[in-house]
Amino acid sequence: MGDIREIDVARIGEALVRCIERASFELDRDEADLLAGHAKRERSCTGCAILGQILENAAVARAERRPLCQDTGVAVVFLSIGQDVHLAGGPLDVAVNAAVRDAYARFLLRKSIVAHPLARRNTGDNTPAVLHVRIVPGDRVAVDFVEKGGGCENMSRLAMLTPADGRDGVVDFVLRTVRESGGNACPPLVVGVGLGGSFERVAHLAKEALLRPFGEPAADPEDRALEAELLGKINATGLGPMGLGGDTTALAVHVNSHPCHIASLPVAVNLDCHSHRHARETV
Amino acid sequence: MMTDDAGGAGTVVDVEFPLDEARARALRAGTLVRLNGVVYAARDAAHMRMAAAVDRGEALPFDLRGAVIYYVGPSPGSEGRPVGSAGPTTSSRMDVYAPRLIGRGLRGTIGKGERSAAVVEAMRRHGAVYFAATGGAGALLGRCVVAGEIIAYEDLGPEAVRRLVLRDFPAIVAIDAEGRSLYDRGAP
Repeated sequence: MGDIREIDVARIGEALVRCIERASFELDRDEADLLAGHAKRERSCTGCAILGQILENAAVARAERRPLCQDTGVAVVFLSIGQDVHLAGGPLDVAVNAAVRDAYARFLLRKSIVAHPLARRNTGDNTPAVLHVRIVPGDRVAVDFVEKGGGCENMSRLAMLTPADGRDGVVDFVLRTVRESGGNACPPLVVGVGLGGSFERVAHLAKEALLRPFGEPAADPEDRALEAELLGKINATGLGPMGLGGDTTALAVHVNSHPCHIASLPVAVNLDCHSHRHARETV
Repeated sequence: MMTDDAGGAGTVVDVEFPLDEARARALRAGTLVRLNGVVYAARDAAHMRMAAAVDRGEALPFDLRGAVIYYVGPSPGSEGRPVGSAGPTTSSRMDVYAPRLIGRGLRGTIGKGERSAAVVEAMRRHGAVYFAATGGAGALLGRCVVAGEIIAYEDLGPEAVRRLVLRDFPAIVAIDAEGRSLYDRGAP
């Protein structure tokens, strides 16, 4: 113990560039399997045609090296930094933004960030990234990248429910959020749900829930039961692929919870489109 | 040109742009289509500028009469390609501008998701169609863009107005000129 590992921030930048490339051009394999399964079961003709297009799109993206979606998003970067790491070689945020700038230029990704929400001048290089840092045990750095599109981010919602609203209130809020998103969020969706914490923490929990691999249930049994119930109810809405009707509205629901205040029941729903672009590397 | 068989399940109808009113009014919600010809790419920032130009009585970057707008901001094309990926963005953000443009001859729009009652009313009155394409199928749809050039507002970057030529671009008639909509729940 006590040994400090030195990591140059440039290495974190290089890992991030590789994550951006993989997420932009390669559909998650587990997702492709899920989509193919749904395409077999989907009862709506339009829905089936759309699921087929989504799978064909993944093949075209890979073969022709076109991004899976033209909206290559805001670059959301989660860094889990071991507390035995010393970061050298310059400021961390500068290295992260340099990696985003380099990757978006090199891989011909769309630059979708404006410098001020009201003046709305495009920064021209997709920076700055949204960077979340947390300190964890160990001497490594985990880089999680989410390429988050605007369409589904716009349809995401947060509510400060009360203890009396309870589980039914949470289920109702998630279903309402999905129904109101219609075709805008590009279903079939991946639904990230945050429960508890505080106003800012619950949104973070919902976003982090999107990082979880398909098929990996929540650690908490209550969250696990909620995930199964929500997935069933969302797919019973009939919204379907692109909101044009069908059985396939969500591919997965991931719930992350956290203790909260005696007065509160915060809930956040972060919708992700079927172009669920994420990647991870450890340095 | 449109084929005569406008719509049994599974059939795909070819639609050529620009569109005249009669051909627009003949399209039915639910019909799968292949779109061909010229469209104009414009999204949020370009609509803001175009609406301001209309309000000041100034000319627009292109002739609206018979035109079709595709709500898209493509990713850059590599050597020899007009665009990279080019799927639709959410149409409802342009709902605030669309009736003014439809009133001046805009014949069709391509995007994803539902439209407002005001847009549907303008479409009925003036004979315009709304096509939905698959959001997130940007690579597949980008391949159907065979030519493209920026014609206005270059400073907007991905939001500049582009003239694009589509070939066999897959879409569905989501709301027709009679106001029938695939987004109306309760429909099968």
